[in-house]
Amino acid sequence: MGNGETTIEKESRTRSELDLPWSVVVHNDPVNLMNYVTMVFQRVFGYSKERAQKHMMEVHQHGRSIVWTGIREPAESYVEQLQSYLLLATLEKSQ
Amino acid sequence: MTVEVTRTGDGLRLSHLDLFFVELLRQIPVSAEPGDSDAARTRLYPPAARGPGAAPANEEWRTYVHPELKRLFTTATDVVREDLEAFEQGGETNDDWAFEIPAPHFDQWLNVLNQARLSLSARFDFEEKEMNQNGPRTIETVRDLSLFQVHFYGFVQECILQDLPG
Repeated sequence: MGNGETTIEKESRTRSELDLPWSVVVHNDPVNLMNYVTMVFQRVFGYSKERAQKHMMEVHQHGRSIVWTGIREPAESYVEQLQSYLLLATLEKSQ
Repeated sequence: MTVEVTRTGDGLRLSHLDLFFVELLRQIPVSAEPGDSDAARTRLYPPAARGPGAAPANEEWRTYVHPELKRLFTTATDVVREDLEAFEQGGETNDDWAFEIPAPHFDQWLNVLNQARLSLSARFDFEEKEMNQNGPRTIETVRDLSLFQVHFYGFVQECILQDLPG
């Protein structure tokens, strides 16, 4: 009984670590065009033009923008998609 | 030097091109290749994570994701290379060439133009202020020419973006 509870506890802890919020971060680079970056955010995340422009401006003015937060698997998929559009995107554990 | 851009409905037509611009366009697939530049290769194939503890994730990324990116970039470059075989000479002079980017290939063109701009910028380490200006006033070195290429390819990208639906 005692052992079983320990196993469940360990499994749930591992699970919750995997499910920690992960952030998709886009970093500034001086080459990608502003309109291009906006278009990519609209396409990849389905964001409205206004929301996509807000993130684009954040990247431009502050050097980075957290464009999505959630569980790891889709976050990795988003980073891959953004890199396929040649944006500088990385994955980070959320604070 | 002038380039006329016309939206035809089927694509984007660039006309009144002289041989200089024809050659710049023909150089797109070559410029998109990182070649022996580590800086260009790292920019086209960036890591998945930064900072301490990122190494294992980045190793996995190199193994599984970078080959997929490479396949995607190569496919797009092949499309652009094939399109670039369709230059038309308008008259008997060498300053009246025309070329059409087909609308169904806009995405591949945006991608390959971006590969080329990023590769060249990384290779020549262009500074942000050089990117924000209108390009070099004179072309005296390979670096000047490459900076001009980056700006010209950006101009073509902007034209395509304006023509995209939505």
